[in-house]
Amino acid sequence: MDAPRFKVGDTIRTRVDNPPGHTRLPRYVRGRTGVIESFRGVSPVPDDTVANGVRGSDVPYYGVLFAMQELWGKDAEPGAELVIELWESYLQ
Amino acid sequence: MSSHSYATASQPHNHDKDATRVALTARTAALEAALVAAGVLQSEQVDELVETYAEKLGPRHGAAMVARAWTDDAFRQRLEEDATGIIRDLGYDLEGSQHRDLPFATLRAVFNTPEVHNVIVCTLCSCYPLFVLGPQPRWYKSPEYRARMVIEPKKVLSEFGTTVPAGKTIRVWDSNAETRYLVIPEQPKGSEDMTEEQLRALVTRDSMIGVTVLPDLT
Repeated sequence: MDAPRFKVGDTIRTRVDNPPGHTRLPRYVRGRTGVIESFRGVSPVPDDTVANGVRGSDVPYYGVLFAMQELWGKDAEPGAELVIELWESYLQ
Repeated sequence: MSSHSYATASQPHNHDKDATRVALTARTAALEAALVAAGVLQSEQVDELVETYAEKLGPRHGAAMVARAWTDDAFRQRLEEDATGIIRDLGYDLEGSQHRDLPFATLRAVFNTPEVHNVIVCTLCSCYPLFVLGPQPRWYKSPEYRARMVIEPKKVLSEFGTTVPAGKTIRVWDSNAETRYLVIPEQPKGSEDMTEEQLRALVTRDSMIGVTVLPDLT
C-alpha cells in the first residue's frame, strides 16, 4: 500500500465518471472541489471489491469537506457544509 | 411534531404495506435458508444478532457516552481521538459474540459547539451508529430525508423544530463509507450541577443524530 497522497488541508477535486457498478462516490460530489478534513485510514475500495468479486487491497481514504455552494450553486444555504469519506481513487 | 411528515411520507397504503411485508419476510427466510444450506451462516448467529439489536443496543448507550463526555474531560479527549476504541472496550462492536469476522465498527464523535452544528445522514442507504443508538427511526431511512439533508440542511432542521442561528455553521456528515457518526450535543444551560446519571436522562436519540438540540433548563 502506497503512502497517502494527501494531507489535511489539501485542496482536491473529485473525479467525474459514470461507473456501471457499485460506487461510494455519489453523483452529487463528482467533479467538485473540496478540502481534506482528516485522514481516516486505509481499507479496500468497495467499488473494486464488488467489481472483482474479491476483497481489494487497502487504499487510503479521507474525510473531505465541501461547501454547500460548491455542491449546489450560489443559491445553496450559506454557512452549510458537507463532510463525506472518499477513497484516494476517487480523487484527481 | 415536526418529524410527522417524514414518518408518514414513506409509508405506503396499508394494503400495499402488508403485501410488501409478507413478500419481504418470505424473501428473507429464503435467503437465510440458502445461506445456511451453503454453510456460510448458522441460524443461531442470526438469532443472536436480532436479539442484540432488538434488546441490547439502544440510545441509552449513546446518552451515557454523551453524559460522560460532558463531565469527564479525559473521556471527552479520548472520544475525540478514538471513539472506535471506546466502543470496543465497552463491547458494543459485537466482538465478544460469534461474529468475529464482521468488520469492526468505526465510530467518530462529532461535537456540537457554539460555532458548529453537526447532523448525520446516509444518502446511499441508511447507515447509522446502530451500536450506540439502536435501530434507525423510519424518517432517517426515507428518501426524502436522505436527499434533502445534503441539499438544504437548515430547512430540514427547521422542519424538526430546530432553528440554527444565522452565522452558525451546519456541518452535514454523509455516512457513505466506513465511519458511523455520533453527534455530541451541547450541554444544556442550567444542567451544570447535575450528576452524570442525571445528565444521561436529558440526552435524546434525535439530538445524537443532530436533527434536534437539547433545550436549556430554565
